[in-house]
Amino acid sequence: MATATPEATVDKAALLEFLLRTGDNALVLGHRVSEWCGHSPVLEEDIALANTALDLIGQTQLWLGLAGEVGGRGRTADDLAYLRDGYEFRNLLLVERPNGDFGKTLMRQFLFDAWHYLLLKALKGSTDRRIAEIAEKAFKEVAYHLERSRDLIIRLGDGTAESHRRMQEALADLWPYTGEMFVGDASDAALAEAGVVPSPESLKAGWDEIVADALAEATLKRPADGYMHKGGRRGVHTEHLGYILSELQFLQRAYPGATW
Amino acid sequence: MYAQMVKTDSTRLRSLDEMDPVERAFQERVDAGQKIEPKEWMPEGYRKTLVRQISQHAHSEIVGQLPEGNWITRAPTLERKAILLAKVQDEAGHGLYLYCAAETLGVSRDELYEQLHSGKAKYSSIFNYPTLTWADIGAIGWLVDGAAIMNQVPLQRCSYGPYSRAMIRICKEESFHQRQGYDILMKMVKGTPAQKAMVQDALNRWWWPSLMMFGPSDDASVHSAQSMAWKIKQNSNDELRQKFVDQTVPQAKYLGLTVPDPDLTWNEEKGGYDFGQPDWEEFFNVIAGNGPCNAERLEARRKAWNDGAWFRDGLTAHAEKMAERRAAAKIAAE
Ligand SMILES: [Fe+2]
Ligand SMILES: [Fe+2]
Ligand SMILES: [Fe+2]
Repeated sequence: MATATPEATVDKAALLEFLLRTGDNALVLGHRVSEWCGHSPVLEEDIALANTALDLIGQTQLWLGLAGEVGGRGRTADDLAYLRDGYEFRNLLLVERPNGDFGKTLMRQFLFDAWHYLLLKALKGSTDRRIAEIAEKAFKEVAYHLERSRDLIIRLGDGTAESHRRMQEALADLWPYTGEMFVGDASDAALAEAGVVPSPESLKAGWDEIVADALAEATLKRPADGYMHKGGRRGVHTEHLGYILSELQFLQRAYPGATW
Repeated sequence: MYAQMVKTDSTRLRSLDEMDPVERAFQERVDAGQKIEPKEWMPEGYRKTLVRQISQHAHSEIVGQLPEGNWITRAPTLERKAILLAKVQDEAGHGLYLYCAAETLGVSRDELYEQLHSGKAKYSSIFNYPTLTWADIGAIGWLVDGAAIMNQVPLQRCSYGPYSRAMIRICKEESFHQRQGYDILMKMVKGTPAQKAMVQDALNRWWWPSLMMFGPSDDASVHSAQSMAWKIKQNSNDELRQKFVDQTVPQAKYLGLTVPDPDLTWNEEKGGYDFGQPDWEEFFNVIAGNGPCNAERLEARRKAWNDGAWFRDGLTAHAEKMAERRAAAKIAAE
């Protein structure tokens, strides 16, 4: 990729937008996954889910930390996580979907992991060194998340009639939220042009392949590509996000300025 | 403690002379500080008592995820959230080690779950109290993990090998748990008056239940004497409670908090604190299922288990299919 210093040439607003999108995905999904803590079907899953949530919260700290730096208004990762309202959040609608049953949680994780994996893999070669460094660390974690979620959806898809039915239903429910991952806007285009991030569209073929492969092994049927919901990436969310934030932000909102 | 009032089936303690040669040899090994391993002979009472104690301990770790898990989504900073997640994950891991230790005594995790879900098995009374504010998360780390450490450090020397080794692993993590709890409170007492009030309120609610964790006085208990002879218990409940109070009161002072016990005074002569008795009637009520959260905790565990049945069945069915396919492929290849 180019050797120019994108820190100087790339549009700050576009960069900030990207960092918020990436950090918010990790934050909101980490929140959802952590809701399972102590309530999962087996002890090993309690441990594994806590581990996934922990990785995602760690990634949130890095992405939003960098967003705070780039934004230049002295905001920390915590300020960004705890003091923005819903319309300022940039996560995909997919990650704010309610957990549903354990199958739905795993299917959401798999659909996201497959995309997250490809995104981070590309970001390791970003012309922005700071982004490449975070991606390097996060990629290792997410490669493991994908291995795990892929394995589980295969086993459950090709398990009992009931587990198959539940996984197929989960897939149908979540499918309309997958399209948003691959639709870029002007800010994505500017960053892709500078070699800072891959264009969202460029991740589609790889994602299709990972998903098709796993679904075949899981004996699950890929839903038809119908209408796709969009909005999260530009701050237009579902009603669910407001409740996530009212929980997440409760203490910071109730005791403004307190340190913890 | 995580295991409170564990019964031994003994009605009185017998001397070495009264034992048959096999049992005597066993007791002499225990007396000499040797470890008993799963495949070796052991008295049935020893085995049963260990199963009761280890499973109570394991269930406590698992149910213990719930009160703290209650605040993960509301943790006040990303760092606090990560620390709490790691802590609760550790507790699940402790449960896993302990169920494995119990399995070496011939009882499966599923059987033990069944006992928990049916209400037959107990877990520590402490986890039947609610976490109402963020300060409760600090108080649990400081007091509850602190009390657990008091009990578990001596259990590292327990006569049963697998339990002793599980305790050694667990104790390494518990000191981090206690520190993170104390650290939460430290930050809060240096903060706003509202934060400080929240911490005092948490201490007011958690102090007595923490003292109850050690169980009622067992100086006169034959079960306790038998457990001590078997070296699966090292100290009396009162000894541990005294140690806990002596360690904790100065820490409370350092935080600028008032321990909610009007009888608390330093006793120069014994070099420890004199303190009041917890409300044992409340304790027995909690043990009997009438604590503020007993019903919710048990229901949460049952729900997790029942709702997850299809998941576990799915994985089992898949494993069976794979085994069949491998066998079929092998036959085809021959
Ligand atoms: Fe990890
Ligand atoms: Fe523990
Ligand atoms: Fe602990």
